[in-house]
Amino acid sequence: MSKLKYALFTGCTAKQSTPEQYMSTMAVAKKLGIELVELVEASCCGASHLQDYDEFLSLVLNARNIAYAEKHGLTMVTICNTCQLNTAMTKHKLDKDPELKAKVNEKLQEVGLVYKGTSEITHFLYAIIDDIGLDKIKEMVVKPLSQFNIAPFYGCHNIRPSELANEGHKTPESPYNPTSLDDLIIACGGESVDYEEKNKCCGFHVELQAPKTAAVLTGNAIAGAMDNNADMMVTPCPLCHLKLDTQADHAGEAIGRELEMPVLHMQQMVGLALGCDPKELGLQHHVVDVNFV
Amino acid sequence: MSTIETKKVKFSVFRFNADEDYLPYYDEYEMEVTSEEVVLDILNRIKWDHDGSFSYRRSCRHGICGACAIKVNGRSTLACKERMFDMIDLFGSELTLDPLSQKRAIKDMIIDKNDFWEKHAAVTPYLVAEIDEHPESENIVTPEEEHRLLDADLCIQCGACHYACPVVEINEEYFGPAAFTAAYRFSADVRDHSENRLKDVNEMGQGVWDCVKCFECAEVCPKEINPIEKITKLHQMAFQEGVAENNVAVRHAVGFKKSIEKRGVLDEGGLVLYSEGPAIVKHIPVALKMFKKGKIQMPWNIPTSKNLDEIKKLVKSSSTVEF
Repeated sequence: MSKLKYALFTGCTAKQSTPEQYMSTMAVAKKLGIELVELVEASCCGASHLQDYDEFLSLVLNARNIAYAEKHGLTMVTICNTCQLNTAMTKHKLDKDPELKAKVNEKLQEVGLVYKGTSEITHFLYAIIDDIGLDKIKEMVVKPLSQFNIAPFYGCHNIRPSELANEGHKTPESPYNPTSLDDLIIACGGESVDYEEKNKCCGFHVELQAPKTAAVLTGNAIAGAMDNNADMMVTPCPLCHLKLDTQADHAGEAIGRELEMPVLHMQQMVGLALGCDPKELGLQHHVVDVNFV
Repeated sequence: MSTIETKKVKFSVFRFNADEDYLPYYDEYEMEVTSEEVVLDILNRIKWDHDGSFSYRRSCRHGICGACAIKVNGRSTLACKERMFDMIDLFGSELTLDPLSQKRAIKDMIIDKNDFWEKHAAVTPYLVAEIDEHPESENIVTPEEEHRLLDADLCIQCGACHYACPVVEINEEYFGPAAFTAAYRFSADVRDHSENRLKDVNEMGQGVWDCVKCFECAEVCPKEINPIEKITKLHQMAFQEGVAENNVAVRHAVGFKKSIEKRGVLDEGGLVLYSEGPAIVKHIPVALKMFKKGKIQMPWNIPTSKNLDEIKKLVKSSSTVEF
């Protein structure tokens, strides 16, 4: 098998508020023999907020990011659910509407770029499952997480809207009964925890304008994991991670109970099972300490 | 002769009579379900074959009256449209039938839907227009103008999206995805001259800015209307029509463009400062905890996209609105 190679769209948080997510992505890619070409030219995806303000501008900017992946002739891999949503949504709209695509390309032409629609866009979670495979991961595990109950937290934008979400990967995922993260937990030797909130919203996107709503949603998620005896949560989304890891106190106040739960990025969980050094995975960057390694 | 395929299903059915019961309970039934049946057929069989006191709303049986929406394993669904075998594929052979909202249950599947109708009424869900009773020419709406409504007109007000929305559960003021879809339908109509509707749906707390962008509404709509698409359109219309107010939510959206224009990537701290203004002080305790763990970058360490000149040029040439 030839070496797997992707264009990596890091998104903004990986270089700022979740440095551990970038570190663990790189560490895991190295272990798995994946080559990542970082799209250093990429801009922010707009995070669904620029889209509320100026949709056309957001399409142009996302098309530019994808155009760089196309220039490399590579599949674009995202490591943030919301980057995945906005990039894949742009691709979906442009590929379905030649007139819109022409309008966007008219703008891209000004800077010598073109959006063709030749690159696939997938989240790193699905790249691992589709292209490496769960069996291979199982084989490679050197430190199975066998003593841990791990609660998967999927994050909305990897599973909804399901029509869009399922365009990016081969293994179909149901937004009501998602399995990818559970499967990955099991492949890493852990016990996956079933709980009602695993496919629910963390509230990140209204953190500033509706802090109470945001806090209750985060609180419900952590409480759900705690009530089902989880030792930790794991998520593929850095925005969910920010909510669950840094906002547990507010969330606890909002729902009237004390909350504390270590939360791993999906990459950190895989990294630990594959024997990466916890420092290399950035575990020291969590607000809720990860004490079990 | 072809045989009809059947599957065995164990149903747990929510039962509650607000006049008599202190707490709800579940009745269990095992049934052979056929490939021909929809969820409503099961509700009918429970009532007709097992327990005549079982109550639910139904009327047209053709996906148009919107009366029979319930939840199957927590997923909002229009009972007369949803095929049983699709539910079994999705959830397996143990299915739980609940009303759309347990806390609003009156009897079994029947809920008090007043909050839904009050919110619908609150968005001026009708055309506001000066009607000339003796017009001298036709009031022509072009096909292009009609296309602006998208599919918002197809809503049957079943409540599936409203009671799937997590914000509706938490924030009593919030209008919800169905009301927003109605608001969009009339605000997008060229004949409409309402001065209040767009302002009402832009007000913080009740309006579109409290949407968490979870896409639950898009997933459940039995008419495949995609309510969050209309919510996004209402956001955009607020800017296009100049009714967007200078508040934290609006600045949060505008701040993305400011940051992208400057660096390509987002300046997270800068975005929060621009959005919150002096109110940023309330974030200091969390920010300190994050800073201690190396989660906050100093302004001089925030990255900048390569080929930033391209991004600056595109922001200039491709912007369609200003705030």
